[in-house]
Amino acid sequence: MVTRKLMLYFPKSETEKPIVYHLVKDYDLLVNIFRAKVTPEEYGYLVLDVTGTEENLRRGLEFVRGFNVRVNEAAVGVSWNADKCTHCGNCLPHCPTHALAIADPKTRRVAFDPKACVECLSCLKNCPFGACASLF
Amino acid sequence: MKTYEQINAKIESGKAVVLNAEEIIDYVDRKGLQAAAEEVDVVTTATFGAMCSSGCFLNFGHSTPRMRISQAWLDDVEAYSGIAAVDAYLGATQLRRNDPANLYYPGEFRFGGGHVIEKLVAGEPVELHALSYGTDDYPQRELRTRLTIKDLNQAVMTNPRNCYQNYNVAINRSDRPVYTYLGLLKPNMQNLTYSSAGQLSPLLNDPFYRTIGIGTSVWLAGARGLVYAEGTQHAPTCQRGPNGVPMESAGTLGLTGNMKEMKARYVRGVSLMGYGVSLALGVGIPIPILDAEVLRATTVRDREIMAQVIDYSDAYPNRTGKIVCSLSYEELRRGEVTIEGRKVEVGSMSSYAMALEIAGLLADEVRRGSFLLSPPSRPLPREQSMKPLKVRRKA
Repeated sequence: MVTRKLMLYFPKSETEKPIVYHLVKDYDLLVNIFRAKVTPEEYGYLVLDVTGTEENLRRGLEFVRGFNVRVNEAAVGVSWNADKCTHCGNCLPHCPTHALAIADPKTRRVAFDPKACVECLSCLKNCPFGACASLF
Repeated sequence: MKTYEQINAKIESGKAVVLNAEEIIDYVDRKGLQAAAEEVDVVTTATFGAMCSSGCFLNFGHSTPRMRISQAWLDDVEAYSGIAAVDAYLGATQLRRNDPANLYYPGEFRFGGGHVIEKLVAGEPVELHALSYGTDDYPQRELRTRLTIKDLNQAVMTNPRNCYQNYNVAINRSDRPVYTYLGLLKPNMQNLTYSSAGQLSPLLNDPFYRTIGIGTSVWLAGARGLVYAEGTQHAPTCQRGPNGVPMESAGTLGLTGNMKEMKARYVRGVSLMGYGVSLALGVGIPIPILDAEVLRATTVRDREIMAQVIDYSDAYPNRTGKIVCSLSYEELRRGEVTIEGRKVEVGSMSSYAMALEIAGLLADEVRRGSFLLSPPSRPLPREQSMKPLKVRRKA
């Protein structure tokens, strides 16, 4: 079993098909949605973790791509700007997964681990220096 | 015993022994206080954090025809112009024109005085819009132009209150979120925020202001600044620990420095949701090791510095004086503390990492012989309390 973080971009026309349902039902994939915006009026997106066997993941993604959905396997929806960060640590209690954390207690510099980020966006609202930003 | 002259002579010859306020702790543990006091010449202290009582005096130069500017905006942020013709004071917490503030609560406060100051220091252009009522000798009534800090005759940062000696730790006991100048406090004491560099912080290393006084040379965001006065709300008469270190906010410093010499990395605009805008500043202050007592004070460590936890949903706004508990900076820096049996996550408004960086930069400047120390021309008050404002009803 492997887990992959994916970002799906939906074209205007594909917002009414229950794609996630089929990923779960037909390809036996475990889906954990971080954020989503799918409306009929505009392009939509879905940021999620998908867990399953390599084979099921491959087939599931093939199925998704068949709907003209663009799949980005490398994207990170939340970015952290090291130049803007002053390492004050105001974000620390607001990050539920400790993706933002003090890496070394000696230097007390804040580091961001995109793999641990669930894109709750708490840091965006809270950072006094605007160091965190969202792709969407 | 050393004098300022002896220490400066060593600095000028490039032979001064300089350590930062973190390094000195282990050094004195190893060498002993007396031996270290003879060896060490300077201990550098520093802090980096939001300092709301900051701003700058600007002189724009005269336009043709002349204008007695009575209202001025820089990037839509008003700078006070009730001084001479083309002088203005831009304050860190000034909101941008038309900012809805907390009308749609909580407001975002994305841009304000602190951000304009950051842009100026970074050398970026800002737009000046000025109005006047017009006079015979200053006929121009409106102008709009773009300028950078290089175009200004003077840009002098003048901060009535910086470098709080110690500071409250903010928590929220209520069942709703509370937006404060220390950030968002979640309900029911889920998180707290402290704001001090602790063992690195200037006034915690000189608790009775023996070497830091009016006239002391400071490193103000990279510029050679100085302490020009006691800071506003300077209140040294307070509860102090056995080491003399205040357990409350206590002393403050009025600082000034040439903004044209500053580095943008250490001058940063701050946006605080639901609260407003501010400016985060880096300050470094060298402490001359005149004798063993001065040195002993610089060995203060996080576990010996206590801060009071205050409820910002009630005790702070209503000035009840109630304290939830006291915690040391060592406990706070662990990232999680236990209060009344509850786990509380810790955040900070003060950057220890940046303070450490500044203490290192200042130490380098002193070692290189480019930063000399200056004895205070006058001491800061050592006994003084802060008065509340009495709101009197008309008799």
